[in-house]
Amino acid sequence: MRLRDFPAEELFLQGSAACQGCPGSAALRVAFKALGRNTILCVIASCTSVLQSPFPVSALNLPTLNMAFATGGAVGSGMSAAAERLTARGKFKEKPTILVWAGDGGTYDIGIQALSGAAERNADLIYVCYNNEAYSNTGTQRSGATPYAAWTTNTTKGKEEWRKDVAQIMVAHGIPYVATASLAYPTDMFRKFAKAREIRGTRYIEIQAPCPPGWKFPSSHTVKIARLAVQTGMWMLYEHENGKTTYTAGTQRIIQGQAKLLPVEEYLKAQGRFRHLFHPERDEERIAAIQKRISDVFETLQFTHKMKEHIMDIEISPRL
Amino acid sequence: MRLVETGNHVAAWGARLSRVEVVSAYPITPQTQVIEEISRFIDEGEMECEYIPVESEHSAMAAMIGAAAMGVRAFSATSSHGLAYMHELLHWAAAVRLPMVMVNVNRALGPGWNIWCDHQDTMAARDTGWIQLYCADHQEILDTVIQAYRISEDPRVILPVMVCYDAFLMSHTYMQVDIPDQEAVDRFLPPFRSLWKLDLEYPFTHGSVIYPDDYEEVRFSMQQAMDNARRVISEAAREYRDLLGFYHGELVETYRMEDAEYALLALGTVASECRVAVDELREMGYPCGLVRIRSYRPFPVAELRELLAPLRAALVIDRAVSFGLEGPLFSEVKAAVYGNGGPSIHGIITGLGGRDVPYDLIVENAMAAFKEKLPHGSHWPAVRLNEHHRLVKRSLEEYWKKEGVR
Repeated sequence: MRLRDFPAEELFLQGSAACQGCPGSAALRVAFKALGRNTILCVIASCTSVLQSPFPVSALNLPTLNMAFATGGAVGSGMSAAAERLTARGKFKEKPTILVWAGDGGTYDIGIQALSGAAERNADLIYVCYNNEAYSNTGTQRSGATPYAAWTTNTTKGKEEWRKDVAQIMVAHGIPYVATASLAYPTDMFRKFAKAREIRGTRYIEIQAPCPPGWKFPSSHTVKIARLAVQTGMWMLYEHENGKTTYTAGTQRIIQGQAKLLPVEEYLKAQGRFRHLFHPERDEERIAAIQKRISDVFETLQFTHKMKEHIMDIEISPRL
Repeated sequence: MRLVETGNHVAAWGARLSRVEVVSAYPITPQTQVIEEISRFIDEGEMECEYIPVESEHSAMAAMIGAAAMGVRAFSATSSHGLAYMHELLHWAAAVRLPMVMVNVNRALGPGWNIWCDHQDTMAARDTGWIQLYCADHQEILDTVIQAYRISEDPRVILPVMVCYDAFLMSHTYMQVDIPDQEAVDRFLPPFRSLWKLDLEYPFTHGSVIYPDDYEEVRFSMQQAMDNARRVISEAAREYRDLLGFYHGELVETYRMEDAEYALLALGTVASECRVAVDELREMGYPCGLVRIRSYRPFPVAELRELLAPLRAALVIDRAVSFGLEGPLFSEVKAAVYGNGGPSIHGIITGLGGRDVPYDLIVENAMAAFKEKLPHGSHWPAVRLNEHHRLVKRSLEEYWKKEGVR
């Protein structure tokens, strides 16, 4: 799938109340194109509650219910159960896709109980976390998704804890599909949504969503920052199905040695939220700690990849 | 079909006969039997329904909202801490204007852990926009659940309904109940309808940001719906009587009020106990009657004005307290008849945390009330300080002394 092959129909309409360069609205646009019209949406309290535009107008061209902060997994479960009954009664020709759209605050923190419950029951829904790594809707406070050393309004010297990894928590739930996505790789994102649409059960997709006002970078740089995140290993792209993880797009290229892992400094320097790592003086310790965590992961993955290729060679060898 | 069943199983029958299609619930004592019975109905193919065993009451209400928004009839059951935990979403369900029914088994809140009956849980959920109906026997639970769907889905109302009954006194006791034929219930209760649903043909956004100039109008429409509900509750009760033969009163149920000069007012099973007290008081020469309030929200203002106007005195029995004021029912009965002449009104608070409310306690306090000998505000007639309480009081006094408190 190339960009030019994306369906022309826009289900995310013009005139939204999003900030300039808003990653949430860009992600909605791609997701809607991949999922199509037979989709019913539930928006959990987040920036999207606001950016869809205030009553009585809306930028969302899908039937949408806005719901409270902690309810994502549960309200989706209820919608899905009802859709099951309505499909059985012939009200729907084909069961609509239930799409729950939540931010990282509503997923990592207050909403994880309901999400975990839905995943454990394998409720038939797609749960999306668009992760801007802070409570951007309330003015950028720390969340469970905020990375180590990042500034927020209540971590003014940088967060002291490492972020938790909800995508991996969802992998541990044993649900049919878990994927991560990036705004800089829209075709990869589109493919993941299109694939998720065809699967029954709980599907979890997490999109990294660089937020210009929250992360303090020019609003024209959203996609550039998203790409840097993948290129430096701060954000990894993969999908997990049937017990197997496959790395995709930019992350795959780094693991396979087709692209170099860029130093994380390039990513950190491009945003105001890490400024205190470089001004007034360089914080070698914290920069090195971040780089080490990334390098360790990639070294392991690259080693495993090489080993696999090596084992493949051995399997082919009897022909010699 | 005539069964001898627990109040909880009867509530499950109510949901089954109402052709509920989605049930989401989380177990909490003393509600558990309701959802156990429903899951048995589903497993045995007696009920075509999706059952979502959610991981919390907050999620139970969220799932119900999702299901009702899709356009199916939803049901849940909870109690006490469960109701408190879903409080946020009680507001949500009412304000998005979705019809649904939930039973709440009235139970005290902790700490200390107390699984027995009082009305503190539902009183705290009073201002969420839910209609609240209180039952006094098992047949009434069944009939009220079915009526509640009719009320909730009436185009003049479209608000969620909470059907309340007392922990253990009703939830776990067995009583004889007539289970009506499904066809008869179907005649009374039309298929699910709602003001709105999530519609693929007509995609619209519900519950987004709303500015002050529209918000107040939404709340006003809820108040109007509550006002309309008064008429709808009465109509439902009368039509149910005509079609199915059972009648438990409308917004209020009265007993021996025709020639009464005094009255007792209460909710739930205490009101049943009051019948005995009324008979006893009549024998003692007090022409007394009973007003059992079935509909707490909407509050039966007109009924109370009419019933209380000719009386000399009334006693309101609360099974809850509004800390810093008095019994909530007591406050509201007074407020309802204020400026309308009527009797002097007295209040007692008793039966908290499942404490027994014997009829002789009611009789004793009724006599004191009727003779104007009860203190102002809510009186706590059953409170008695024992050795433990005195010990606590002594330690408190010592602490005050140490801290120089006078």
